[in-house]
Amino acid sequence: MARTISYREAINEALAQEMERDASVIVMGEDNAGGASVGSPGEEDAWGGVLGVTKGLYGRFPGRVLDTPISESAFIGAAIGAATRGLRPVVELMFIDFMGVCFDQIFNQAAKFRYMFGGNALTPVVIRTMYGAGLRAAAQHSQALYPVFTHIPGLKVVTPSSPYDAKGLLIAAIRDDDPVIFCEHKALYDITGDVPEESYAIPFGEANVVREGSDVTIVAIGRMVSVALQAAEDVAGSGIEAEVIDPRTTSPLDEDTILESVEHTGRLVVVDEATPRCNLATDISALVAQKAFGALRAPIEMVSAPHTPVPFSDALEDLYVPNPQRIVNAVKAVTEWKR
Amino acid sequence: MTETVAPEVAPGLDAKVLLEAYRIMRTIRGFEDRVHDEFATGEIPGFVHLYAGEEASAAGVIMHLDERDSIASTHRGHGHCIARGVDVKTMMAEIFGKRTGVCHGKGGSMHIADLSKGMLGANGIVGGGPPLICGTALAAKLKGAGGVGVAFFGDGASNQGTTLEALNLAAVWDLPAIFVAENNGYAETTSSSWSVAADNIADRAGGFGMPGVIVDGFDFFAVHEAAGEAISRARAGGGPTLIEVKLTRYYGHFEGDQQTYRGDEVARAKESLDCLKRFRAGVTDSGQLSDAQLDQVDSEVAALIEEAVVEAKAASKPTEADLLTDVYVSY
Repeated sequence: MARTISYREAINEALAQEMERDASVIVMGEDNAGGASVGSPGEEDAWGGVLGVTKGLYGRFPGRVLDTPISESAFIGAAIGAATRGLRPVVELMFIDFMGVCFDQIFNQAAKFRYMFGGNALTPVVIRTMYGAGLRAAAQHSQALYPVFTHIPGLKVVTPSSPYDAKGLLIAAIRDDDPVIFCEHKALYDITGDVPEESYAIPFGEANVVREGSDVTIVAIGRMVSVALQAAEDVAGSGIEAEVIDPRTTSPLDEDTILESVEHTGRLVVVDEATPRCNLATDISALVAQKAFGALRAPIEMVSAPHTPVPFSDALEDLYVPNPQRIVNAVKAVTEWKR
Repeated sequence: MTETVAPEVAPGLDAKVLLEAYRIMRTIRGFEDRVHDEFATGEIPGFVHLYAGEEASAAGVIMHLDERDSIASTHRGHGHCIARGVDVKTMMAEIFGKRTGVCHGKGGSMHIADLSKGMLGANGIVGGGPPLICGTALAAKLKGAGGVGVAFFGDGASNQGTTLEALNLAAVWDLPAIFVAENNGYAETTSSSWSVAADNIADRAGGFGMPGVIVDGFDFFAVHEAAGEAISRARAGGGPTLIEVKLTRYYGHFEGDQQTYRGDEVARAKESLDCLKRFRAGVTDSGQLSDAQLDQVDSEVAALIEEAVVEAKAASKPTEADLLTDVYVSY
């Protein structure tokens, strides 16, 4: 039965249900309980992660929620090593920006084991990480770095845009036998939506057509899905029906759903919070230009962050993040384009 | 906190164990000497980093391990693989880049692995292994069957943050992990007497609240004893240990290295310190094994290596169809 819960609660519920189902699932990360370390005089499970996502798991699953020192290389690597020995760790990289201090373990170790060892490796690890701008957290805590992971063969990359997707995609990630980077947008934790109580898995590589329309295809990633939906409602008033597609996973990418939509609409706008060189917008644009060129009735438009670090000031950050108006402008550009 | 273990000839090891130790060390030496020769012909692609001279370390540590346990290795990983029981023929085929290799020709010398044997791979990244071993040790600890994880790393990796983070994490989580620093004196060309700020790598153990031990890496029995103590402690829930094994590599950093940065230490080591010579002298002097028994191992190993090379050379390379397989379990 579905209830209305938050994105944060949906992730917590997915973790709890999978830990209940499978004793090999463990959770680890900085302050994932918080205050649980030996000798702390205060409350155990004080935080449940920096934004409270894992709160309550420590008490329910004794010995299976591990706090870590601030040593991302060591504990991300430990999660990867444990995954090769029969556990299914879900490890939290607090901010995606911190990939800089542990990337070797992710892309040279976890991502490559299976291929490099001739197919004789299983590394079922999930790295949950928080990304994105919007909380005035500035340049080192706000990036949308999922394209970097998407670039790496051997990793799967998930960008849930709603509470329903967050739960179903995380359950799929935990059950998956490959390393998965699970990217949670920090501005989405408090959004709410209908989520079934029972366990369910959403398969990777199957895009969600969030809104149907025949005039233009808008592909949006992660938090940009809701921004694109707002833009779609705005242009509907002018008689333009936009189809909004959420790929759900950037690797694997559901190419077919995107291509079929563009074959139908003849126009494409891609919305990506990542910086504009070698991001998902350029990648999907290239895909469509190559495989659906004949269907295009206008040049593709890309709406991305500018090629700058994420600024601190609210005045600047609001300019940095793609907004509905920029998407509306892009939709108008493709629908009004004339040769 | 740091102690030096004094060598003791053949303390309480029966003839079967001694023969096995000799066979492992002889196989490693034979394998590496042969790879050295074959590399010179140009038939082996890429780079190889040879373990000859360091055999007592791999054998002395890994002989204590069983199927509950796991190891992670380094660029110089052939010895650890052989000691862990990875098939010598499929290793040779891997180094020749053949489809019959243990990694189907997709890993090569720097990434030989066999997870079915708890061997997490040679590692092309300096300091790549210690964090992984925190994880395998965690898995062993949660399983509760007394398993341990052993991370081999070099003097170069002893200065990597990953290694130092892993030492701390292993102590904080009280993991059944053993960190074996194989200090062969040089990270590529750079002397560890310069690059390691402490007098000894093992001295750093105190900073992580764990025992640190220095061992003569030419002495199988010293390594075996120190490793045995650390592994027993870890199996019993006594936490991690850092062991520094001091030794010398007989070849260059990689094949082709002219080694102009070194003096005559290799010649001196081969003459007076060599682990195989010392082992043979020790066990024959004590009457535990005969020269004939050891000679028999020598000839069996020589035959095995010859077969491995012949089969590796005859084997097929991977094909275009292999290029795209095994990136994912499912995608």
